[in-house]
Amino acid sequence: MNSPAIELESVSRRFGNVVAVDDVSFCVSRGTISAVLGGNGAGKTTILSMLLGLLLPSAGRLSVLGCDMQRHRYRMLHRINFSSPYVDLPQRLTVRENLSVYARLYNVRKFRQRLVQIAGQLEIEQYLDRVYGTLSAGQKTRVALAKALLNQPDVLLLDEPTASLDPETAGSMRGLLRSYQQESGATMLMASHNMLEVERLCDDVIMLRAGRVVDRGSPAGLLERYSRSTLEDVFIDVARNTFEPRAAGRAP
Amino acid sequence: MKSAGRIFAMVLRYVYLLRRSWPRILELIYWPAVQLILWGFISKFFVEHSSWLAQASGVLMAAVLLWDVLFRAHLGVSLAFFEEMYSRNLGHLFVSPLRVTELVGALLVISLLRTLIGISGAALLAIPLYHFSIFGLGLPLLGFFANLLVMGWSIGLLVAGMVLRYGLGAESLAWVSIFAIAPLSGIYYPVSTLPEWLQPVSWLLPSSHVFEGMRQLMFGQVMRTDLMWQAIGLNLVYLAAGTGFFLLAFHSARSNGLLLRVGE
Repeated sequence: MNSPAIELESVSRRFGNVVAVDDVSFCVSRGTISAVLGGNGAGKTTILSMLLGLLLPSAGRLSVLGCDMQRHRYRMLHRINFSSPYVDLPQRLTVRENLSVYARLYNVRKFRQRLVQIAGQLEIEQYLDRVYGTLSAGQKTRVALAKALLNQPDVLLLDEPTASLDPETAGSMRGLLRSYQQESGATMLMASHNMLEVERLCDDVIMLRAGRVVDRGSPAGLLERYSRSTLEDVFIDVARNTFEPRAAGRAP
Repeated sequence: MKSAGRIFAMVLRYVYLLRRSWPRILELIYWPAVQLILWGFISKFFVEHSSWLAQASGVLMAAVLLWDVLFRAHLGVSLAFFEEMYSRNLGHLFVSPLRVTELVGALLVISLLRTLIGISGAALLAIPLYHFSIFGLGLPLLGFFANLLVMGWSIGLLVAGMVLRYGLGAESLAWVSIFAIAPLSGIYYPVSTLPEWLQPVSWLLPSSHVFEGMRQLMFGQVMRTDLMWQAIGLNLVYLAAGTGFFLLAFHSARSNGLLLRVGE
């Protein structure tokens, strides 16, 4: 019962001669919020894409809630959701129409009621009947989060969940994600460049460089291990490969 | 001079796009060639059979309306799929519980609705304007309609698969593919008008059997069930091939990570 929510075993992904993800293994415990951190091209989005089944691994095995995502992803997709500022919703539909379509795709019960509830939580009621394409980038990010929470997922995969949001709105979105996680016991895995967000929201951080896991730990643990005061400095150390963490504290 | 430089820069931008996209280059040569071939055969037929139209008024209108069934059915599938690519929505769709076969089902249903709406209006308009009712064809009209619809679906799925595999640069195939088969389908003239070497190719198209059957019905009041069955048989192969190709393209897009990268 206490099997990990997300598990990668020796996962690799090559694009021609380029190795985007190189023999990566890690687990994410149920009911936690974890982040994969790394510079551009470190393999964060590739890992999320493989977990979602949008991309097939070249080698290895990925499972979500104990289900092999390569072989049986359709058994699990109704319990997962995803948000990314790089994947859009149909531009010419209103927000309400978009959310209704996805509520039906996820077979959400009493979806009209759920839509009103989620719109209230994400403060998007005032633009429910506006055409999605006319919204600002920040408003679109909120709608994307609404879509991601529609089916009350057990596993939520987030690619830069607060991109394009002002600091205040980003803060309230983080609060919402945290309270959703606490109420539902959901597991979240996010890819982010926002170190402050990771520090405030995540229980666990997986550091990537050139497609490999190079370190892992809680935000506080990483700060201590690298003798740094911010996660941004740790990120730079890892990205530039300029600092070796204290061996004693290093995660396996 | 600065302005000329900027114009040159933009021309270069379009040339870069063009030279990396074989469908766009093909399209440049394609349209004049297809127009020439189609109207060449129509002219040839009318020169040799000037009394043809007098024998069955309305045959051209029936041909136009039935051709539009094929055209609308094809566009109904391919354009609906392009909408998902234009809006970069594929990533969301394919991480939802929606199966790719269900998406295909939805594309076929929306194509049927779009075709019915488009054709019904034109067919009804022809009654007061030209005193021609395509519904006068009777029950065989259903067979003609269903065959052309299924053939349009098959081509639509093939084109959607190509666009999924090669990106929106292959979008022009939606128009290219359907007009490629127009001269071969014998829409406005019998298949016998085509050069002999081309006729076997023409008979491989379900549409040729449908239009030949339509002419036999309108000229000789004969319902050629053999032509109808041949069209149905070919359509089963076409639909299986179109669906199979789309599913293969989807699998290939998943393997190559193309579902998240949609563009030129």
